[in-house]
Amino acid sequence: MLQVQHLCKSFGGVKAADDITLDFADGSLTAVIGPNGAGKSTFFNLITGALKPASGRILLDGVDMAGRSPPDIVRHGIGRAFQVASIFPSLTVHETMLAAVGADQRRAGVLHRRFPLAETRDRAEYAMEILGLAGKRDRIAATLSHGDQKLLDIALALVLDPQVLLLDEPTAGMGTEERWRMIDKVHELWEREKITVVFIEHDMDIVFKIAPSIVVLCYGRILATGTPDEIRRNPAVIDAYLGTEHHAEAI
Amino acid sequence: MTELQAERAAESLGVPRIEAQSKRLRYLDVLIAVAAFAVLATLPFLFSSKALLDFVIRCSAFGLFATSLNLLVGYTGMISFGHGMFFGLGAYGFGLIMQRTGVPIPVAFVGTLLITAVVSVMIGAICVRLKEIYFAFVTLAFQMLIHSMILSWASLTGGDQGLRGGIPRPVFIGIDLTNHIHLYFVSCALLVTGLLLMRQIVQSPFGYTLRMIRDNAGRASFIGIDVWRAKLTIFVLAALLASTGGIIMSLFVSGAYPEFAYWTISGEGIFINMLGGVTTFLGPMVGTVLLLILNDTVTRLTEYYGIVLGIVILFFAIGLRKGLMDFAVEWYEQRRGGGRERTR
Repeated sequence: MLQVQHLCKSFGGVKAADDITLDFADGSLTAVIGPNGAGKSTFFNLITGALKPASGRILLDGVDMAGRSPPDIVRHGIGRAFQVASIFPSLTVHETMLAAVGADQRRAGVLHRRFPLAETRDRAEYAMEILGLAGKRDRIAATLSHGDQKLLDIALALVLDPQVLLLDEPTAGMGTEERWRMIDKVHELWEREKITVVFIEHDMDIVFKIAPSIVVLCYGRILATGTPDEIRRNPAVIDAYLGTEHHAEAI
Repeated sequence: MTELQAERAAESLGVPRIEAQSKRLRYLDVLIAVAAFAVLATLPFLFSSKALLDFVIRCSAFGLFATSLNLLVGYTGMISFGHGMFFGLGAYGFGLIMQRTGVPIPVAFVGTLLITAVVSVMIGAICVRLKEIYFAFVTLAFQMLIHSMILSWASLTGGDQGLRGGIPRPVFIGIDLTNHIHLYFVSCALLVTGLLLMRQIVQSPFGYTLRMIRDNAGRASFIGIDVWRAKLTIFVLAALLASTGGIIMSLFVSGAYPEFAYWTISGEGIFINMLGGVTTFLGPMVGTVLLLILNDTVTRLTEYYGIVLGIVILFFAIGLRKGLMDFAVEWYEQRRGGGRERTR
């Protein structure tokens, strides 16, 4: 279980994370929403170690992750994908997967054997299969379409066999149809892997449709948490974020 | 536990194929290395030219140096402007150990590598934290520091005169390095072994870790790679091989000179990499041969060596926008109709 307790971080005078306390149960699927600058990405950066929290604790099964380095946190089982696909442009899809599994198996420093290591193959294969990249295994990552690059980014997180998967806007920069395909994939992956998935999303239709629980952030603070229905009805959320028009539409 | 079982099951079934293939590739590399050594070994019997052997020895020294620089530049994306300091360190370290202690050559060789390892760990620990241009300039600064230490510590290094009086080269296991042919064979052996080692480094899982760091260091750390440690490791490994190049050089000239540790050596390393190209393993080796040929012919023809070299570099940098080997590989693949999607 991932527990975030009293997490704080500010940049100058701006509080990007203001006393955030949240629990993510094992195997849950949670959407994080909020207007631009609400601190959603900062929240992810704090959990994954890209930023050091000013105070607060991040407990993964009771072990505090706050202040640890990104590699350390990843090895404890918190993987992430990025808003802008963060991949290795010159490697092929297959090489990317094999190298990532190798890193996860702590074999990134192996000098006396040849790449790829046999023991990395099955997991690499599995991750490519799940995200539908198996047919593009020999493509160099830089030549993939935007959508496939996003998938590869997610595959990079997934291949490490994480306990918690943080997806920063998996549908960013996609057309409507592509968005739905991507989110279906995320949903499928969550059901299949039974891991904890937390994702940031802007499209309300998507959020209300697939996320069993939603967290609304605003100015670094938690505005509301709950099921889609609760969020839809929450007056504070309507006021601050959804707006009356969208509210009516959503209902 | 399920994963362990899966791994075991995989090992007994289809996995040996991938393992067998990478083993085959390694044998292929060894085979190529042995063949290359055989070709080099026949040269003295075919040609009686001493100049040719000298040329190959110099190619060995600079080839090891330039290829090791490519481990940093091409494979890890760390542009070092100070790599020449380890070339100089190798030459001075080896020369001094031989002159002062009179230990057997292999001992001095290992001793020099140990010294290089210690120095490169200290310098690397400071430098590899820095990004791009800052890394380049701080490595350059360390190079200048080492160079001025050599100049000013005259009682040990001979100052601007260099290590004079020759480096004693006692016979070991039947090898007499004062004999030109013996020196030639040892240089070739060191070159081929060094290249083979570097080839293994870049084709190992660690080699792919380096590529990931070059492509996207931030992402690499988010899949659990300790970027700093990997960078430091390759910095030290590259230093050791550059140092080996310096040892060959000091054996060749039977001395060591401050120029070996001057920034121009690092500059030449970068030139060589630009000439040969950094996207293939053998690019820097091709660049070395090119630069040394240029060097030898142009200096014979004109005193304006720098201008000619500059024009050639500009041609490669602005005209081709890549090194000769990059160009050759692309051309070859286009002819094959782009059958393969990538080269490395």
